[in-house]
Amino acid sequence: MLKYLADNLVYTLVGVQPGTRLGEALDFFFYDTTKVFLLLGVIIFGVAVIRSFFPPERSRKLLGSRREYVGNFLAACLGIVTPFCSCSAVPMFIGFVESGLPLGITFSFLISSPTVNEVALVMLWGLFGWKIALIYTATGVTLAFFGGIIIGKLKLEHLVEDYVYQIKMGESETIVPTWKERLGYARDYTKDILRRVWLFVLIGIGLGAWIHGYVPMDFVLKYAGPGNPFAVIVAVLIGIPLYSNAAGTIPIVQALVEKGLPMGTALAFMMSIVAISTPEMIILRKVIKPKLIAIFAGIVSVAIILVGYLFNAIL
Amino acid sequence: MKIEILGMGCSNCNKLYQNTLEAVKQSGKEIQVEKVEDIQKIMAYGVLSTPALAIDGAVKVAGKVPRVEQIMEWIK
Repeated sequence: MLKYLADNLVYTLVGVQPGTRLGEALDFFFYDTTKVFLLLGVIIFGVAVIRSFFPPERSRKLLGSRREYVGNFLAACLGIVTPFCSCSAVPMFIGFVESGLPLGITFSFLISSPTVNEVALVMLWGLFGWKIALIYTATGVTLAFFGGIIIGKLKLEHLVEDYVYQIKMGESETIVPTWKERLGYARDYTKDILRRVWLFVLIGIGLGAWIHGYVPMDFVLKYAGPGNPFAVIVAVLIGIPLYSNAAGTIPIVQALVEKGLPMGTALAFMMSIVAISTPEMIILRKVIKPKLIAIFAGIVSVAIILVGYLFNAIL
Repeated sequence: MKIEILGMGCSNCNKLYQNTLEAVKQSGKEIQVEKVEDIQKIMAYGVLSTPALAIDGAVKVAGKVPRVEQIMEWIK
C-alpha cells in the first residue's frame, strides 16, 4: 500500500517518468522513508514498553545463579531487551562482575546488547524483510553466546581493572514503574530516538535512493561480490571503528545489496558497526585492561567475519 | 534537599542535568544540584545504568531521563 502511495506521488503527482534513474531514486526514497518511520515509531514504542520490565537490575538477578552455558545463553537473550547506552556499559559491567557473575556471562550480555537493538531490527525488517531480521537476531544471540563462552574459558579475570573487584556496590531499591509511567517513558524514549535518528535515516535512505537509481547494476558485484574473497574481511574491518547508528547505514546497505553486495557481507558489515564501536571501547577502558579489550574485539570480529562467509555461502 | 545526577558525561547524563536544573528553577525552591561523575561513588548508589538521579541519597530513577514535570513531582 505504501508502495502504491509512493508510486503515485512520484510518478503521477510530480510527473517523473517511471524507469528513469530519477524516478527510481525518488520512488525508493519516499517509499522507504515512510515505511521506515512508521515501523520505527510503532516498534520502538513497543520494545520500550517491554524493556521497562527488564531493567539491568532484574537481568542481574535473573543471571545471578546460572552456570556457564545456560548463563551465557540467558545473558545473550537478556541483552536484547536491555537498553544499551554506551555510558551505561561501565556501571553495568561493574555491577555484574561485583555481584559474582562470571566474566564470560557478562561479556555475552555486552555483545548482544548493542548488536541486537530494536532500531537495527526495525530497519532490517522494513528494508530486508522479517526473515533477514530474524537471521540477524539469531546470529547476534549466537555470537554473544559463543563470544562469552570463549572469553569465559580463556580465564581472563586478571585483565579486569583491579578496582572493579574491590567496589562495594550499594543496595538500591528496585523502583517498579506504574503502567502510566511505563507508557510515558516509552513515548518519551520513542520521541527521543526518532529525534536523534531521523536525520541519519533520511541521509541513509537518500544515499540508498541515489545508489538505487544511479549506480549501475552489478557495479558493487564487481568489487565486493563473490569474485572478491576478501570482501567480507574488508567490510568488517571498515565497520569496526565506525560508530554509526543502524538507522543510517542499513538503508545504504540495502541499496548496495540490490546492486550485488552479497547478503553475508552485508550482514557482517552491519554487525561489525554496532557490535564493536570505538566510543564503547574507550569507555570500557575504564574497567577493562587494553589486552582484554583487544581480545574481545578480536574474537567478535573473527566471529563476524565467519558469519559473513557462512551466509554468503548459504544465502 | 540535595539532588545528585549520577553519570559519566554522555549526552543523556547532561540532558538529565539540564532537566533537573530547569525543574529546580521552576519550583523556585532552594535545592542543591550536583553531578557525580566518579564511578566508585556512582556504584555506591547501587545503580546499574546511568544516568540516574538521587534525592537526598535515595535513587529515584536510573537508566532513563525523566521529564522536567516528573522531576518537579519528586521535589514538591
